[in-house]
Amino acid sequence: MSGARMQRSIFPLLGVVVLLCLWQGYTALSGISQIVLPSPYDIGLVSIEQFHLLLQATWPTLVETVLGFALALLIGVPLAVSVANSRLLNLGLYPILVATQSIPKVAIAPIILVWFGLGIESKLALAFLVAFFPVVVDTATGLKATPPGLLELAHSLRASPLQIFMKVQMPAALPFVFAGAKVAITLAVIGAVIGEFVGSVAGLGNLVLSANAQLEGPLAWAALLWLSVLGILLFSAIALAERLLMPWQGTGRH
Amino acid sequence: MIAGAAAGRWGPSVGIGRDEFNVEPTGRPFGHFDAVRKVFARSGHEPLVAIENISFDLHSGKLVSLLGPSGCGKTTFLRIAAGLIAATSGIVQINGIDVSEPQPDFGVVFQQPNLMPWRSVLKNVLFPVEIRREGGEEAVARAIELLSLVGLSGFERVYPAELSGGMQQRVALCRALVHQPKLLLMDEPFGALDELTRMEMQDLLLNIRAKTKATVMLVTHSISEAIYLSDTVAVFSKRPATLVDCIEVGLPYPRKPETRYTPAFTAFEHRAGCALGITR
Repeated sequence: MSGARMQRSIFPLLGVVVLLCLWQGYTALSGISQIVLPSPYDIGLVSIEQFHLLLQATWPTLVETVLGFALALLIGVPLAVSVANSRLLNLGLYPILVATQSIPKVAIAPIILVWFGLGIESKLALAFLVAFFPVVVDTATGLKATPPGLLELAHSLRASPLQIFMKVQMPAALPFVFAGAKVAITLAVIGAVIGEFVGSVAGLGNLVLSANAQLEGPLAWAALLWLSVLGILLFSAIALAERLLMPWQGTGRH
Repeated sequence: MIAGAAAGRWGPSVGIGRDEFNVEPTGRPFGHFDAVRKVFARSGHEPLVAIENISFDLHSGKLVSLLGPSGCGKTTFLRIAAGLIAATSGIVQINGIDVSEPQPDFGVVFQQPNLMPWRSVLKNVLFPVEIRREGGEEAVARAIELLSLVGLSGFERVYPAELSGGMQQRVALCRALVHQPKLLLMDEPFGALDELTRMEMQDLLLNIRAKTKATVMLVTHSISEAIYLSDTVAVFSKRPATLVDCIEVGLPYPRKPETRYTPAFTAFEHRAGCALGITR
């Protein structure tokens, strides 16, 4: 068993190390320009040298992402509840939801920028727009997938609609809400960066653009690296919240 | 037919048809079903007659089994008695009330345990009192006592996923009893369990019934289970369900596993088999 566990932790690491070695080797042997493809070593070096700058750029992106995601939850979950519980709302709202979702967010970004300006608001709006859909869809799916046996039990006890919702439907939907939230948080990072690309004065996306424009390849790549680390950390935070809020998940699989 | 011969301690509690009522000293039976009929409308098909004209009485403190082939409508009948669905016509009266919706003094055990994975065992058992907002020290004490009665002491804080199927169904039984129902309705409660667990659960049920004095109506398709548990076995025909026999099981309680191997037990099994049309 412990051998299998060792394998599980060693092999992903090994994959990364091999990739980095190949990358480093290629940049060293081919003599490719730093602007086009910096070596992992250069990226790491810049990450340390420009730590302060990167940290400064991370903060706005983090705020945009988290607020956009929070807004997506705040609006998405109640919307999912109404869609799941009312046939009319479902019929009336779902097509609009799907339609808004099929608009490419990159295409709508310039318009959002005109509406909300260069500040944090436009990025927040974009992060919200991309994060919102998976939250609604997964939550609504979860609410509709309440085990019929539990509903019948509640019915046999004459539970009120509010009790059924709070004590049966919502807890039963919680794993779905978290599944949606995990997708949403990673999408929110993308939304924030799209906003920063279209027009901004700060943030990691902004840094990628400006570093690229100034031919500072390693810095642009370092900003990218920080972006992916940000995404991973935010995802892990949601996963942690999931474990804390649903301690029953994972029990029984001895 | 024994119905009507109201002699003896284990006398009949169920009669077929109105004229065979076995009226209790108080004058009214606990449960009274008269000409109950259930038809399901089906789009694009003929309406499905699930139950055709079933009448019998249910007496206080008795355990009645509804025995019949799979899909015959016995579960439908139980659901009507539980107030979960309405009969198309006929009288369904329990404890003096015309049952058209679930009653507060009923407890229901379903085929599946239907436990909530996010609640601990104790909180699952307390769910009914929580819904009624009757929670409190007393209810908790009762839940803990019930759990110990079914041999689940020490499992109060465990999540259902960690329990075996039999243990889960025992939790469901405690949940159905926690608000001290007058009538316990059980829909093939042990159907999903293996044979050994099943026999264990049957003894457990008899034990609990002796302690709680609850009236029990139980659906099963197992002849031996029906005979072993019941005061009365109501045998249902194939769909549409009609009452083909009412067997007063005169075997004294407490029944022991050895009871299953007595000639009297076998004779009752044989009679049920005849009523079901599987033996002659």
